Amino acid sequence: MSKLDRDERLVKLALLVLAFSAVAILVGITVFIFGEGTPIMFKYGLKKFLLGLDWYPSEQSFGLLPMIIGSLFVTFGALVIGVPLGLACAIFLTEFSSQRVRRILKPVIELLAGIPSVVYGFIGVVILVPFIRTTLGGPGLSVLAASIILGIMILPTIISISIDSLQAVPPSYREGSLALGTTRWQTTRMVMIPAARSGIIASIVLGMGRAVGETMAVIMVAGNAISIPHSPLAPVRTLTSNIALEMGYAAGEHREALFATGVILFIIIMVLNTVATVTSRRRKGEGRAP
Amino acid sequence: MKNMKARSLLISILTLLFALAAACSRGASGTQVVVAGSTSVQPFADRWAEVFMQKHPRLVINVQGGGSSAGIQAAKSGAADIGTSSRELKSDEKDLHQIVVARDGLAVIVHPSLPLTNLSLLQVKSIFAGEINNWRPLTGQDRPIDVVTREEGSGTRGAFQEMVMGKKTRITRYAIVEDSNGTVREIVSNDPYAIGYISLGLVNARVKALSLDGVTAAEEAIVRGEYRLVRPFLFLTKGLPAGPVRDFIDFVLSAEGQALIQKEGLIPVKEGR
Repeated sequence: MSKLDRDERLVKLALLVLAFSAVAILVGITVFIFGEGTPIMFKYGLKKFLLGLDWYPSEQSFGLLPMIIGSLFVTFGALVIGVPLGLACAIFLTEFSSQRVRRILKPVIELLAGIPSVVYGFIGVVILVPFIRTTLGGPGLSVLAASIILGIMILPTIISISIDSLQAVPPSYREGSLALGTTRWQTTRMVMIPAARSGIIASIVLGMGRAVGETMAVIMVAGNAISIPHSPLAPVRTLTSNIALEMGYAAGEHREALFATGVILFIIIMVLNTVATVTSRRRKGEGRAP
Repeated sequence: MKNMKARSLLISILTLLFALAAACSRGASGTQVVVAGSTSVQPFADRWAEVFMQKHPRLVINVQGGGSSAGIQAAKSGAADIGTSSRELKSDEKDLHQIVVARDGLAVIVHPSLPLTNLSLLQVKSIFAGEINNWRPLTGQDRPIDVVTREEGSGTRGAFQEMVMGKKTRITRYAIVEDSNGTVREIVSNDPYAIGYISLGLVNARVKALSLDGVTAAEEAIVRGEYRLVRPFLFLTKGLPAGPVRDFIDFVLSAEGQALIQKEGLIPVKEGR
């Protein structure tokens, strides 16, 4: 074997080891979380765990329903705010704006993604929460506050991926439609968006995943009450906040219950990510002419 | 050429690792004391640490928060040299060595603009239990009461639960939950209809401490024994303290250390113990 061949084999081996160590870490984390969290789910009773209304660890009561609903409400609210804004921005940047505007705005939006979540939380507490309290009522720390902050946080994800999907549509689609005499909005609405549909859906699902997993900003603005919120102005606690608030001192069954909360989160996010991957993979096959 | 590059890379990595190891072992050999736990104790521990480190420039006192229960866990596991707590130890925590370093009142706070200066302890209990949820019967304002409480592991909450709520009554599930005294104070200072409880030593001009059953929340009232919501600030160690840990604790219990926190609003503990 020549020296070149040997070096090649060595590099290939090194890369293989590194790649597998990444997978090994992921597998290790999964096994650990499931190992720590699943026993108590069955010991306590899966139905009581997922549907119980009472989270009171000092009395051995671990009902997760208020937090599951909390995560759902807050994520849904984030989508209500993030999707229209994000899609509109993406559509504007690809279909209606000049190259110059796009060249400036796109990097700025990607910069938004780099802002630490604690800064978003800080702005939320200092500006958004008092605003909600004085204009709309309630304590200000609420589902609405968390939804707005999360909606802004997922904007870069939705915008970037939607722009990429819209730009990946063959220009012949747009050109053909415009050649038939349609307006730009008609083209966008009837040709471009349907063609980029899977990529746009993937961006929304990824944004949803980010919203579900966000912890710091939500703890600071959501209020963390352990009850099902009765209105968007009521305080709420999400699954992630639950773990972060109590992990520092939880012991014994309490700690196991928090790991079980982690298991639930894991499952939710894995499902969301799988849906996103499958949807965007379909996109590659759909780029052909019908 | 390639071999030389690879060798120099290897050498630089190894050097970095050695440097890192050396830096870490300096802390482990006892020149750093980690004090972790109650957020009520934290600002005062900070003050003590600041003055102590001025006198002992080669020692580092690292003060952290996390809550009383977290501090107790940290002391047990050895993650902290001194765990701090603002509540009494439970029966399964009694294997730690405890030293009372100060006493602190628990204040029930509201926004300064709320037209209320006094509540009975029973009324406070009803409010936090969710039985009274509108300010109307108390101040005439037709607004819901925004109850703010601490997380379960908080020593302040533990003390409040024990001294105000009692064993049987839970704090309402609709209460806003925050994870430090500072955050609770921040929320109450911004919301004219909020009520919460914090360490008396942390009350400032942005919130109003209510008098309870006619007794003003103040250090003098505590010393006289009239204001009853008082809890000990504890320093906890696994086994008897020694070395720099012992030196720090001795400073905290000295006349100078006690005068320091008395100025900041705590009640000094008697010498000894």
